[in-house]
Amino acid sequence: MSELSDAAAWAAIFALGVATYLVRASFVLFAGGREFPAWAMRLLRYVPVTVLPALAAPMAVWPRALEGETDPTRIAGVAVTVTVGILTRSLLGAIAAGLATFAALGALF
Amino acid sequence: MLMKDLSPDPSMSAAEPDRNPPAPASDGEFRRGFRAGVLSGLPFMLVVAPFGMLFGVVATAAGMDLAKVMVLTSFVIAGASQFVLIEMVSDGAPVVVAILAALAVNLRLAMYSASLAPHFAGAKVWVRAIAGYFVVDQVFGLATRRFQDRPEESRARRIGYFFGAGTPILPSWIAATAVGALAGSAIPASLPIDFAPPLTFFALAAPMIRGVPNLCAAAVAVVMALLLAGLPWSLGLLGAAASGMVTGAGVEVALARRAVRREGGA
Repeated sequence: MSELSDAAAWAAIFALGVATYLVRASFVLFAGGREFPAWAMRLLRYVPVTVLPALAAPMAVWPRALEGETDPTRIAGVAVTVTVGILTRSLLGAIAAGLATFAALGALF
Repeated sequence: MLMKDLSPDPSMSAAEPDRNPPAPASDGEFRRGFRAGVLSGLPFMLVVAPFGMLFGVVATAAGMDLAKVMVLTSFVIAGASQFVLIEMVSDGAPVVVAILAALAVNLRLAMYSASLAPHFAGAKVWVRAIAGYFVVDQVFGLATRRFQDRPEESRARRIGYFFGAGTPILPSWIAATAVGALAGSAIPASLPIDFAPPLTFFALAAPMIRGVPNLCAAAVAVVMALLLAGLPWSLGLLGAAASGMVTGAGVEVALARRAVRREGGA
């Protein structure tokens, strides 16, 4: 943020903060009493299984820390996490398995 | 197995009035839910901490002072968008573009908000206003799973669970950012701390992938996210999520129709 003046940086922080709050509070706050049509609920049920992987996939395939170079140990870690997560339904188990795979492969190669 | 997958999601009917009985002992219900939520949220302190620390380190390295880092992280509480803002401004992008890009990443929160809203139907405005602040990835993931697994729980208990889950998670994120900002360069650069966020996001989603429509939705979202990664302003994320959602719903409807046809033919 060194390029920004102090005032501009504070304005950016404030703007993102207010806008983000409005986005996340939106339906909970303003649509509280209303029901959603069935087609909307059917689509919304797929939000977690699509948005989170879509957010994570580019981060895993082209890690910023490696300047976008694909790292097979990360891909393997993600694959193990997803597999263990689907099979065991254990979130922390999935993270532990993925991290262990990533660390083990990293130590080997 | 197919029929189980196709049966209507119990959480869908949560908005029906009879599903939200105003329990007489609603205070106790809230507290019981809250306690369960805190227990579920506790392990996530360890999960969000690396991400928060990473943000503190990165923001400080980008030349942000501690006050700005802390206000940003406690006000926005959306790690990915915070990274987007910092990185784009550091790259010299116009501030307005950086804010819009960060906001685009956060549009998923509106989808979370919409899918949580039925559970807050009838709750007081100030409760919903505070709940809005708690709509973050991990709380949403935990709450959605709980609401799907236990549709019989009262509204007060579900809301209690939601707030309980966020209670350890949000402060942990803020505190970890402070640690990262203060420790800064003390964290060895060789530590691949950046791998924590994507792994966490996958681990949050994977247990919710139940049945064929979910699997198709997730697979399409991942493929599209990689294909559209080059699009500016995080449009790729939104396009990928939308195509995954449409795929999931489409497969669900198609499978349901096929099941109905089979039953009719038998």
